[in-house]
Amino acid sequence: MEKRVVFNHRVLPYLLLAPQIVITLVFFIWPAVQALKQSVLLEDAFGLSSEFVWLDNFADLFGDPFYMASLWTTAVFSVSVALLALSAALYLAVQADRVVRGAMAYKTLLIWPYAVAPAVAGVLWLLLFSPALGLLPHLLRDVGYEWNHNVKGGQAMVLVVIAASWKQISYNFLFFLAGLQAIPRSLIEAAAIDGAGPARRFWTIVFPLLTPTTFFLLVINVVYAFFDTFGIIHSVTQGGPAGATNILVYKVFSDGFIGLDLGGSAAQSVVLMGIVIALTVVQFRYVERRVHY
Amino acid sequence: MVDSRPWLSYLTHAVLLIGVFIVAFPIYITFVASTHTLQDVLQAPMPLLPGEQLVENYLQALTAGLGEAAGTANPGAGRMMLNSLVMALGIAFGKIAISIIAAFAIVYFRFPFRMTAFWLIFITLMLPVEVRILPTYKVVADLGLLDTYAGLTIPLIASATATFMFRQVFLAVPDELAEAARIDGAGPLRFFWDVLLPLSRTNIAALFVILFIFGWNQYLWPLLITTDPDMVTIVIGINRMLAVGDDQAEWQLVMATTMLAMIPPILVVVAMQRLFVKGLVETEK
Repeated sequence: MEKRVVFNHRVLPYLLLAPQIVITLVFFIWPAVQALKQSVLLEDAFGLSSEFVWLDNFADLFGDPFYMASLWTTAVFSVSVALLALSAALYLAVQADRVVRGAMAYKTLLIWPYAVAPAVAGVLWLLLFSPALGLLPHLLRDVGYEWNHNVKGGQAMVLVVIAASWKQISYNFLFFLAGLQAIPRSLIEAAAIDGAGPARRFWTIVFPLLTPTTFFLLVINVVYAFFDTFGIIHSVTQGGPAGATNILVYKVFSDGFIGLDLGGSAAQSVVLMGIVIALTVVQFRYVERRVHY
Repeated sequence: MVDSRPWLSYLTHAVLLIGVFIVAFPIYITFVASTHTLQDVLQAPMPLLPGEQLVENYLQALTAGLGEAAGTANPGAGRMMLNSLVMALGIAFGKIAISIIAAFAIVYFRFPFRMTAFWLIFITLMLPVEVRILPTYKVVADLGLLDTYAGLTIPLIASATATFMFRQVFLAVPDELAEAARIDGAGPLRFFWDVLLPLSRTNIAALFVILFIFGWNQYLWPLLITTDPDMVTIVIGINRMLAVGDDQAEWQLVMATTMLAMIPPILVVVAMQRLFVKGLVETEK
């Protein structure tokens, strides 16, 4: 889509674009190019000389059992977060769509976790699950289950998945509710007249019509789990215990910023960039035009 | 409701109430913890009703933080909230300002390298700070922007989504308006100021709500570039208060600070719900 009526000016458009372009070049393109460059270099410990090593850094990366473990951890984490946050939000949205009175009130009460920072969400759940003073470990002990996420990797994973999903439910809820309200009532009424019960109506009419929304949210949730959950991991588990919650984004940070492994961290950055680009392409190619509100 | 089944209606409300309960419960417990003394919080099980230390805890959290005694040189939450506010407002205003003029240039002018500029902006969408941590840190360090408000805000204000949103808004503005403005002798800047800005007022407000929350909740970036305790934002501050090594974390103060960190963005969302929903839907489309 293009405008028919345009203004003519030789300099003005460049001046208007300048701030955005300068910031993009200085803080986005240049660092990205540096990361690409670093990823094919091997630097000595003092950063005095560097050597071109082709794709050795990448070969090292994918030969590194810790990195492969981190890849697997990230996959488990993002699939769990996406499934939990999507199914819980869809379930609540279907209920909210059904009530006649009070729908707005429920909406208000359910959307505000969006405003809570991921790191803060992590701290909230950390308090609830804290082995020393948390409420839930206390209750679990009463039924004979020992909870200590500082020692047990599986429990640490459960904790960060819950915290990450809790925050994302409100976002998914809003989009599912909008999607549900856009479904024509006549379709559902017709099915009801034909004798289909609520469950049948949901699975044969509502859910298929929601597919575009679901797919869009799936991509958004995966992006969220990959990149926006850094704060949760950093404040709750620091990737531990024994790397059980060391997701890729956290590993880039800890290897590069704490471990100071420049080449390896840059190679990890490049892999992450590849993942973001792939997800963005999927989002724009298959999702954007199919979502209706 | 298509068909009337009273039990189903009760069930629906019950499910929603359970949902609301699960969503609100962690916040409630945090609030309760922030109103007790440390001894009360540490007893197992933790109390479930608010205590009497509300005023004391919040006053101490706001002004003194943990103080020097705990070994962390954190300023009070007041200072940290100010830092967060500056960062959130800087990011929100900065993003809106540079995106709206960039979108204006792309929609209303024809010039060489227009599409190049468009793609350059698009690329920022693919490079979140998480994937280019070290080199971006180096750029900011070389520019001498560590521990400054400029360093906290400027690297984050380039935005592809905001530019796209304004582009959509401008494309929907009828051509007749620009034509009429031109016939009346208005230049491009005059047209931008008197016609486009007023027309995009609600979009700007909606975007502002989203960006304020985005800015307030930033974590990785301030974590990297602030080391001076006076520049710490509140979200980072909470984490520093918890990282006390072998000492017992002062949970009641940490939780009071946590409440203070959540209140501004939650107020914004609840008070401006309509704008918030509009902003969310528009920026993600």
